[in-house]
Amino acid sequence: MMKKLTLSALTALALSTGGAIAAGEGGHVHDVDFSFEGPFGKFDQMQLQRGLQVYTEVCSACHGMKFVPIRTLADEGGPALPEDQVRAYAAQLSVNDEASNMQLFDYNEGAARPLTANDHFPANNSQNAPDLSLMAKARAGFHGPYGTGINQFLKGIGGPEHIVSILTGYTGEEKVEAGTTYYENTAFSTGWIAMAPPLYGEDVEYADGHSNELHHEAEDVAAFLMWAAEPKMMARKRAGFMAVTFLVLLTSLLYLTNKKLWAPHKGKKTSL
Amino acid sequence: MSGIPHDHYEPKTGFTKAVESRLPIIGLIHGTLMIPTPKNLNWMWIWGIVLAFCLGLQIVTGIVLVMHYTPHVDMAFASVEHIMRDVNGGHMLRYLHANGASMFFFAVYLHIFRGLYYGSYKAPREITWIIGMIIYLLMMATGFMGYVLPWGQMSFWGATVITGLFGAIPFVGEPIQTWLLGGPAVDNATLNRFFSLHYLLPFVIAGLVIVHIWAFHTTGNNNPTGVEVRRTSKAEAKKDTLPFWPYFVIKDLFALGVVLVVFFAVVGFMPNFLGHPDNYLEANPLSTPAHIVPEWYFLPFYAILRAFTADVWAVQAVSFITGGIVDAKFFGVLAMFGAIIAMALVPWLDTSSVRSGKYRPMFKWWFALLAVDFVVLMWVGAMPTDGIYPYISLIGATYWFAYFFVILPLLGVIEKPLPTPATIEEDFAAHYPGAAE
Repeated sequence: MMKKLTLSALTALALSTGGAIAAGEGGHVHDVDFSFEGPFGKFDQMQLQRGLQVYTEVCSACHGMKFVPIRTLADEGGPALPEDQVRAYAAQLSVNDEASNMQLFDYNEGAARPLTANDHFPANNSQNAPDLSLMAKARAGFHGPYGTGINQFLKGIGGPEHIVSILTGYTGEEKVEAGTTYYENTAFSTGWIAMAPPLYGEDVEYADGHSNELHHEAEDVAAFLMWAAEPKMMARKRAGFMAVTFLVLLTSLLYLTNKKLWAPHKGKKTSL
Repeated sequence: MSGIPHDHYEPKTGFTKAVESRLPIIGLIHGTLMIPTPKNLNWMWIWGIVLAFCLGLQIVTGIVLVMHYTPHVDMAFASVEHIMRDVNGGHMLRYLHANGASMFFFAVYLHIFRGLYYGSYKAPREITWIIGMIIYLLMMATGFMGYVLPWGQMSFWGATVITGLFGAIPFVGEPIQTWLLGGPAVDNATLNRFFSLHYLLPFVIAGLVIVHIWAFHTTGNNNPTGVEVRRTSKAEAKKDTLPFWPYFVIKDLFALGVVLVVFFAVVGFMPNFLGHPDNYLEANPLSTPAHIVPEWYFLPFYAILRAFTADVWAVQAVSFITGGIVDAKFFGVLAMFGAIIAMALVPWLDTSSVRSGKYRPMFKWWFALLAVDFVVLMWVGAMPTDGIYPYISLIGATYWFAYFFVILPLLGVIEKPLPTPATIEEDFAAHYPGAAE
């Protein structure tokens, strides 16, 4: 009876949380096989660097990323750029929305000072576009079999998939409502999104010579945004793996201890 | 401590004699650890240790998180990101704390349902049960206020909805809500007091946990048979029991290890599984999320809250009788708190003379249905309020009340229980034939 109860409690947990997530979103999101999925998944450093390039050259025109410190581009488990490159990258970043970055304002110059690696990526509210720091965790792409969300264990929450689906989901249809142009998008919850198609393919020229077709660009920037949202993912998975391994070991020893301890009282013989 | 007859601590060295005559702390620890425990406890008796661990984990991770968190509406969200990105091990601390709350509630629900099935609430353990229910209520308050602290969209709107419940109380509701929030709406004052209380309540819980343990160390543990340990003599008590240390400490630690393997797999590999993506958006009072969904552990009672809408005849009848003072919203609030109070009253609602559900052929099925009901309510609590879902909530909520207020009192009268074993020793020997000397 109580075993069944425990099982049903687990099922309920899975069902209800999956439901909670499922309730939030509409639109069609397709699956993408990212390198960082699953308990042993790792970020592809080259892909993150390509994604950074897409972010810098395209997304940052309208979006900000105010929670991400630029210095973390050098971190292990991320794009892992050499430190001098990070400093150079910071120095050439432009602040597109000075009003949202008053901490950078230089009153002597009357303009934003140049960025350093210790600054965060600039915020950008000039076009009312959402900040992208946490976008890959603020969207759930797919909800697993029957909305259980169990596939998060192997695939994550589907945020990067959501981003890829949005970037590649434009149908080309447009409509104007109350002076705002909306673009039809198969992945967006309402079907019509205010963001003009940002990527068409061949928008950036990758230094590593990787293909710059639309879906590659979309996947690269989605991977980069996943890193931006969860920069410690690889460290976390490593810690999780260590914890599980050692706990399995400890638990096995406790199991044997318990068995031996109780054996005389249960009238059992033990070989230990 | 009084209770089951057992050997008391006798200091032997000069030093321990001197300490014990001034402060009997060694005897207290000895008495707590060596308490005679029914030797037939099954694996459902491990959740207490898991819960004690959860409380410790939450307090330790919480205290460190506080060192880096800023309780201000303009900085709370950013300070959580600071913890996730800049604080050494901060991302693990936060995920341990957030998922630790889920482990805490998972364990407490199994602990409560264990008690409901084996009749652990019955005399003489009513006080243990009531204290447990108060702890559970405080856990819900603490969990709710903790969820507000990251100041994400669900934090903000969850706080708005839940404090709104108090606003439904007739006449005094609005002043109470304003008093709770520290202003007309959820704002910085709300965040600050929630932070203060979120830090305070765990220590209140810790105090009550000690009282909870003290109470059942006096009555002795219940056990799967519901038959009491023989207290006529030390020798007889020893036939029914084994000391907590080492027998149950090792057993419980093994079980805790199994639970922690699952816990660390969730924290390490899918830490956001139980969260809501909207809480990674900073709170915005101007934008209401499409669906405001509480954390999973509130869902059964959230479903009961939403079950009683204005088109339910019982709600209309009560509204008519009270001249509209009890409207649908207030009825729902009463139902939600009533559902928890029903659980707290169960020692006096269950009329059966037999303690353990194992020997109650009819009770078993109604209890199984209650467990299913709880699961269904949890599922439907996350669903939208249209289509068939309100009907499911209503049936589920009705059964919850029927179980406690109708079925349990009646069962004691009409049910013919099975014979229970004479002693725990007998039950244990039946499981382990080799054990009989």
